[in-house]
Amino acid sequence: MKGMSLIVKSITNIAVGFIFIYGIYIVLHGHLTPGGGFAGGVIIAGAFILKFLAFGSAIKAERQSSTITSTFESIGGLLFIGIALMGLVITGTFFLNFLPKGIQLHLLSAGIIPFCNIAIGIKVCAGLFAIFLALAAVKYSMED
Amino acid sequence: MIELYLFLIFMLIAAIIATEIKDLLAAVISLGAVGFSVAIMFIFVQAPDLAIVQIVVEVLTVVVFVAVILRTTHIDETIGKKLSGAQILSIFLYAVFAMLFLIVVLRALQEMPAFGDATMKVAAEYIKIGLPQAGGANLVADVILDFRALDTLGEATVLFTSVIGVVALMRKSGRKR
Amino acid sequence: MMIFASCIILFLIGLYAIVTKRNLIKIAIGFAFIEYAINLLFALIGFKRDAIAPIITSLDAPHNFVDPIPQALVLTAIVIALGTTALMLTVILRIYNRFKTFDIAEIKKLKG
Repeated sequence: MKGMSLIVKSITNIAVGFIFIYGIYIVLHGHLTPGGGFAGGVIIAGAFILKFLAFGSAIKAERQSSTITSTFESIGGLLFIGIALMGLVITGTFFLNFLPKGIQLHLLSAGIIPFCNIAIGIKVCAGLFAIFLALAAVKYSMED
Repeated sequence: MIELYLFLIFMLIAAIIATEIKDLLAAVISLGAVGFSVAIMFIFVQAPDLAIVQIVVEVLTVVVFVAVILRTTHIDETIGKKLSGAQILSIFLYAVFAMLFLIVVLRALQEMPAFGDATMKVAAEYIKIGLPQAGGANLVADVILDFRALDTLGEATVLFTSVIGVVALMRKSGRKR
Repeated sequence: MMIFASCIILFLIGLYAIVTKRNLIKIAIGFAFIEYAINLLFALIGFKRDAIAPIITSLDAPHNFVDPIPQALVLTAIVIALGTTALMLTVILRIYNRFKTFDIAEIKKLKG
C-alpha cells in the first residue's frame, strides 16, 4: 500500500516516539493508576499501526514483519502462562501471588502484577498488529 | 445527571442513523460516535480504566471496518430495492418480540436497586482486603490479575484464537504452480 | 431506571440491524451495538452516588469507592468484543471476494 505525503511522514517520525513511551508508561504503572496491560498494549499497537500507515509497504518486507509479530505474540502468551506455572511449582497453588508485596504505592510492589501486565501488554500489542497486517497490508489474489 | 441523559440521547440518535443510512462509510463513522459516547459515559460513572480501554478499542474497530470497506465495494449499499415478503415477515416478528422483551425487561429492572445505590455486598470484602493481600493500589487491576486471574487467562486465550483465525483466513490461496 | 432502559433500547437497535438488514456490513455493525450496550449496562449497575473511582491514592484517606467488580468484568468483555468483530469482518471480506456482493439475498441465489 502507498504511503502518505512528506508532512505526514515527518510528523509521524516525531509522534511515534511519544506514543510508544506513553504506552509503556501505562503498562508499567498498571497497579498504581488506571490502565494496565490491555490498554497499554493497544496503545503501543497504535504506534506501530501509525508508522505502517504513514510509510506504506516501503519500510520492510511484509512477510518478515508478519513472522516477527507472531513470534512476539507467542512469547507474550508463554510468559503469562510461565508466571502462573511458577506459582504452581514454588507453592502448591496455580496463579498464586508468590513474590513479596513490598512497600505499598511504590513502583515495585504488588507481587506478580507488574510482570503479568508486561506479558499481557506484549501479547495484545503483537496480536492487534498481526490483525491489522493481515487485513490491510497483505496482497492476495482476487479470485479464490 | 443531566449530562448523562444528553449523551444517552446522542448515542441513540447516532445508532439509528448508523442502521438506516445508505452510505457504508457514514454508517461506520456513526458507529465511532456511539463508541465515543459510551467512553464518555464510562467517565461519568467514575470508571477511568474502562474509558481508556473503550476509546482505544473503538478506534481500532473503526480502523478495521474502514480497511474492509476500502478493499471492497467502496461506497454505496445495495438496499434501494423494495422489501420482499420474507423481509416484511421478519420485521413484523421482530416488532412482536421486541415488545414482549421490553415488557419483561422493564419488570425485571424494577426489582433491581435504582441507579446510584449499588449494594456492594461482595465488593466490600474486596475493597477491605485489596491493598493488604494483593498489594496493588488500583483495585480493578487487583481483581483482574490476583483475585480473578483465571478470567484473564481465558480472555488471553480468546484473543489469541481470534488472531489465529484472522491470520489463517487471509493467507494467499492456491498452490504454487 | 430510564438510564438502564436506554441501554436496552441500544441493544434492541442492534438486534434490529442483525435481523432485518440485508447488507453484511450492517449486520456486523449490529453485533458491535449489542456488545456496547451490554458493557454499558454492567458499568452503570456498579455506580454509587458521590463515590470516587476505585484507585487508592494515599494510605490514610477514607474509602468511598464505586463497585470495582463490574469494571473488572467489563474490561475483559471489551477486548473480547474487538477480537470477535475482527474475525467476523475477515469472514465478510472473504465472502465478498467469492461472490462480489454484500447482499445476502444475492448470495443465496448465487450459492454453489
